[in-house]
Amino acid sequence: MELDIVALSRLQFAVTALYHFLFVPLTLGLSVLLAIMETVYVMTGRTIWRQMTKFWGTLFGINFVLGVATGLVMEFQFGMNWSYYSHYVGDIFGAPLAIEGLMAFFLEATFVGLFFFGWDRLSKVGHLMATWAVAIGSNLSALWILIANGWMQNPVGSAFNPQTMRMEVTDFFEVVFNPVAQAKFVHTVSAGYVTASIFVLGVSAWYLYNRRYVDLAKRSMTVAASFGLASALSVVVLGDESGYLSTEHQKMKLAAIEAMWKTEPAPAAFTLFGFPDQESRETHFAVHIPWVMGLIGTRSLTTQIPGIEDLVEHAKVRIRQGISAYDAVQQIRAASDQSAVPQAARDALEKNGRDLGYALLLKRYVDDPRKATDAQIDQAAWDTVPSVPSLFWSFRIMVGLGFFFILLTGTFFYLSARRRLDHYPWLLRLAVFAIPLPWIAAELGWVVAEFGRQPWIIEGILPTAAAVSSLGAMTVLLTLLGFIVIYTVLFIIEMGLMLRAIQSGPKPDDEPEAILVPPSLIAAE
Amino acid sequence: MILHQLIDYETLRIIWWLLLGVLLIAFAVTDGFDLGTATLLPFVGKTDLERRVVINSIGPTWEGNQVWLILAGGAIFAAWPPLYAVSFSGFYLAMFAILFALILRPVGFKYRSKRDDATWRTAWDWALFVGGAVPSLIFGVAVGNVLQGVPFHFNDELRIFYEGTTLFELLNPFALLCGILSVAMLVMHGSAWLTLKTKGVVADRSRAYGKIAALATAVLFVLGGVALWAGIDGYHITSTVNPLGPSNPLAKTVAKVPGAWFDNYSSHHWMMLAPLLGIAGAAAAFVFMGARREIAAILATSLSIFGIIATVGLSMFPFILPSSVDPRSSLTVWDSSSSHMTLFIMLVVAVIFVPTVIAYTTWVYHVMWGKVDEKAIRDERGHAY
Repeated sequence: MELDIVALSRLQFAVTALYHFLFVPLTLGLSVLLAIMETVYVMTGRTIWRQMTKFWGTLFGINFVLGVATGLVMEFQFGMNWSYYSHYVGDIFGAPLAIEGLMAFFLEATFVGLFFFGWDRLSKVGHLMATWAVAIGSNLSALWILIANGWMQNPVGSAFNPQTMRMEVTDFFEVVFNPVAQAKFVHTVSAGYVTASIFVLGVSAWYLYNRRYVDLAKRSMTVAASFGLASALSVVVLGDESGYLSTEHQKMKLAAIEAMWKTEPAPAAFTLFGFPDQESRETHFAVHIPWVMGLIGTRSLTTQIPGIEDLVEHAKVRIRQGISAYDAVQQIRAASDQSAVPQAARDALEKNGRDLGYALLLKRYVDDPRKATDAQIDQAAWDTVPSVPSLFWSFRIMVGLGFFFILLTGTFFYLSARRRLDHYPWLLRLAVFAIPLPWIAAELGWVVAEFGRQPWIIEGILPTAAAVSSLGAMTVLLTLLGFIVIYTVLFIIEMGLMLRAIQSGPKPDDEPEAILVPPSLIAAE
Repeated sequence: MILHQLIDYETLRIIWWLLLGVLLIAFAVTDGFDLGTATLLPFVGKTDLERRVVINSIGPTWEGNQVWLILAGGAIFAAWPPLYAVSFSGFYLAMFAILFALILRPVGFKYRSKRDDATWRTAWDWALFVGGAVPSLIFGVAVGNVLQGVPFHFNDELRIFYEGTTLFELLNPFALLCGILSVAMLVMHGSAWLTLKTKGVVADRSRAYGKIAALATAVLFVLGGVALWAGIDGYHITSTVNPLGPSNPLAKTVAKVPGAWFDNYSSHHWMMLAPLLGIAGAAAAFVFMGARREIAAILATSLSIFGIIATVGLSMFPFILPSSVDPRSSLTVWDSSSSHMTLFIMLVVAVIFVPTVIAYTTWVYHVMWGKVDEKAIRDERGHAY
């Protein structure tokens, strides 16, 4: 990939988005865990739960500010680096972003101040409400962002308007209740809950291993293991794979993930292992498990999953229909006024408007898609295949980690129920080493979702290459380096502060616990 | 869905033009004092404790305030997509500088006092200063450039081309004047906030800076008006426009006309209230700060900000972003909005949630009301920063 403006803009978005998502999952999950811990405090009056809320709250705060700082960049980057995208789909895509700010982020950011500063100024219940407001705000925020992202994957409820040369909304409810968005939301917030659970579990395991803050550690592990197990099951069971069959390109993404070059008779086999080769369109050393793919992908024994080659054939048809739509748009725009537009052009746009984006794929090879040769159409159709080996491996590592999280949280859930959390030191060590794994899984999840959507920025509507701003490559390279430098410096500082805060442990809370608390119910020595 | 036909497209466009103003003013009035306070930080706070007092005066609320900026970005994207696309890509490096400075802010607030190390803390103090001063300056410089017209044009597919060459082109004398005005205005506002939230020497220093900033705001604002009258051409639509038509900027013609930015005031005399409020607010702030009437002073600085920003909007109406190289590409209220349906849906959302946000924000300010407690900071109690 040469470093032109498109590649650099993509790289910049990937870097800033992946950085942003280092902080988001922990915020999503830890905010809920804080709210749960504080609820226990308010209901039982045991101050250790307040101490736990404050301790994990400190770590939450260190993480939260970088989520805010990197999120700011995301909000402005569409306009900065993707101005044609912003013009082309702002009518639909901007709305969920604005609603996110108004409905969710305001709630989260306003009450996060009270969470930290309000302990002495609010009643117990008042402060608990503030904590829940932060948790609800951050989760609602994820909802609206994923509605926006879901629309990029499955652009429902909209149509192209030749008068304004952009997509405009036709049915906002379809955009909000987009099945792809809903599946993504559940999958993503569950992944955030798993991340926070494993984080709390791992840090507590480290305390327990070193026999420090044993009470706090055991209680925290109990909460984290049960919440983590439920979430880990939810991530896998409600994985967004179910959404892959709803649209054409999600089918392509699924086929690429599975390296399914050809359509197989249902139910298809699952390729557990292998080396996909994009050039020769085959998978070397493949290990298949019969039937499993068909079952996962379609939840049925008889539904066929189309392979890559068939999907490319279909893309060729859509490109040709797209050319007809492109021609219609040119005729409509050339007409002196509305009444002068030939009826045939209106009909052609009506019939093939959905495929207009496929004609734009040809812009890479020819200025006017109507003049494309058959060879160019073939080339453009093959461009709709994303990078199969990256998807194949990203997906398998992510899913493998997902199953490991079920096992890990399940084990600790069992140990906690049997009050044996500190009986197996090697398990505690394992939990510590597991801390980074949810982040790897989450980042790979975005690689599958977004890299797997290429060459589209809006699936079937707008190719990524057409969406960039008209900027100089040097300018984008400069800001890319700038972001990498500042993000890396801040990330190192953040890690340092996190480790210090964990090392110095919870502060003694204001009220002496011994007077108030009967022998612990959860984790007596 | 035909519900959106309840309000016609022209009215919705005007409402969203007003809401754009409301959002920008809400950002400048709320997060504005955070920016001003951060700019003042190294000057009104000399010792570590004084600086912590300054930081904690905005500690509990700056995060919520900053959402007005994020919301303004989102709302421009949703309601004025061409404006979002042209301004953010056109002012690319300036936007990058703003983001770079604003990234330092949350981190600075949170991380500064986490380590007891003088070098560490001083470094973050200057990072916070940059996080306050640089965005204040650049926002003003951007407005100064918008008033002069920005070098961009659309091609036939409405792809945007920006023809400016360097970042330094943005730093022309008039734009710099606007930039310094913006800094003065937000420093004035930040000082008013600090006199309200702090006591003793920090409050005294803030008062002194605040009075200077209030005078500077009034003087620079008048100077800016004179410069605009004398040296900057306004823009004027020379063709007919259909306020109900589709959003396509290329459907009109536009001419540069000297003094056109003052036309609205001669046809609508009431609009004169905006610049008058800008000047009178700053003057009143000067008087109230001297008289130690803290609440009156911050109301005055808020009204001054309201007046100054409203002046820019009203002078340019119906233009939002004029193009200096291809005037017909200029964005106006009538041809750069979202579709009728999107404007309606977003209005419904705004009508429900803007009052909700204002209600709970007010409650949070109420909870955190009162001067910053120095003793609590010294004892590390009840404060996070």
